[in-house]
Amino acid sequence: MDENKNPVKDWASDYDIFDDEYVNDPLPIWNELRSGCPIAHSTRWGGSWLATRYEDVQAMVRMVPALSNKAPVVVPPPAEMRAEIKAYGVDSPPITSDPPEQITYRRLILPFFAPKAVAAHREFTRTLCHQLIDGFIENGHCDAAADYAQQLPPQVIAHLLGIDRSRCAEFVEWVRGTLELGLTQPQVRVDNRRKIREFFAELVSARRIAPSDDLISKLLEADIEGQPITDQGVIGICNLLLVAGIDTTWNSIGSALWHLAGHREHRRRLVAEPELLPTAIEELLRFYSPVTMARKVTEPVSIGDVTFQPGDRVLLSFPAANHDPTVFERADEVVLDRQRNRHIAFGVGIHRCAGSNLARMEMEVALQCWLERIPEFELSDPSAVTWVGGQVRGPRSIPVRFSTL
Amino acid sequence: MRIRVDADRCQGHNRCYALAPELFEVDDYGLSCATNDGQVPVALEDKARLAIDNCPEFAISQIADDQPPATS
Repeated sequence: MDENKNPVKDWASDYDIFDDEYVNDPLPIWNELRSGCPIAHSTRWGGSWLATRYEDVQAMVRMVPALSNKAPVVVPPPAEMRAEIKAYGVDSPPITSDPPEQITYRRLILPFFAPKAVAAHREFTRTLCHQLIDGFIENGHCDAAADYAQQLPPQVIAHLLGIDRSRCAEFVEWVRGTLELGLTQPQVRVDNRRKIREFFAELVSARRIAPSDDLISKLLEADIEGQPITDQGVIGICNLLLVAGIDTTWNSIGSALWHLAGHREHRRRLVAEPELLPTAIEELLRFYSPVTMARKVTEPVSIGDVTFQPGDRVLLSFPAANHDPTVFERADEVVLDRQRNRHIAFGVGIHRCAGSNLARMEMEVALQCWLERIPEFELSDPSAVTWVGGQVRGPRSIPVRFSTL
Repeated sequence: MRIRVDADRCQGHNRCYALAPELFEVDDYGLSCATNDGQVPVALEDKARLAIDNCPEFAISQIADDQPPATS
């Protein structure tokens, strides 16, 4: 692992997506890579290629199955996890699969995340937002990440899965252990993944015996190609909902609040023109896109001058693509009412984030409630703001202060 | 103004529905189609353009008034 600790001298041939510079201020690096190489390479963290141009990423998501989704995580799993995945037979479909298996699982989960299905959770989310704000508004200060953004998605997912909200603190710990901390600490990754699997194995068995009206019970009634779905299949889907549905969304909410805390004119405009919020949310999703996904190469395939070989790992930087100046005017500026915005924060192509409507609803309700109750706020200590990154980027701590009305 | 959603391109992002819910219907899988045979009321033309300009799959287009509304 020592080679991962050397300072980066050349981003095109030796990038490190966990490097502080890349995590804290990636825009200059992406601009350099996009206009230069433009597919970067690195031997760090198991070795990978990095695509940063919008056009390249749009082309690569369509190279199926030459660029396979069987390994979507940006750092390869440790040996212990590989053995476990093999033993299960299914990992976390549909995100870890290619067609035709991917299509079957995707069709199974999409109806739970369609706009109408998601609208049914809006009131729950709104109540939750107000409860959280009630908890700190009198203080005149809070951590907008830890006390608000990070609290919302775990509770919404727990609500969907019919799990008591008292387990949310563990969810947060497991999810951070899987990606934020686990990708650079293999044993942490193995341990937390095991905790998630064990938790859901127990829960799925219990729901087999005593079904309820939650998502897990509904999934257990499903057929996969004429066969009843296996417990492992349902556990895999639950693993996906937890790992993909929590820190992704909280990072988007947190980034938006961080942005508004530091940009008075944007904050005031959204308070004055609440009808602008849907467009503004898309722009904040573009600018602060949290997620980078990986593909595994299964047959030789080329982009420009670069040919990927079977076994290679390719990282698709949706965030970098979303700052491509050949596609987005004033790409490195937040333009709240941006007209042309074909951003790919939720990925693009057949693996478009299945939970994107849920994430968008959570983000909209979270920002609406916050701006209603706390229209004026600012960073109380800009130097105390911390960012994390790798597969999912966003702020972990955002101390803000506000006047209580 | 008249618009169309290419069903072969749509991947269910629902960006059109989020930005212009008056002009699109989405099914349980998130797949979108234009309401009212794609005819856009004059008052909603800006919203239609916003939807066209925000589709990450390039699935929405403006079509001639006498063109069929959908490909599949």
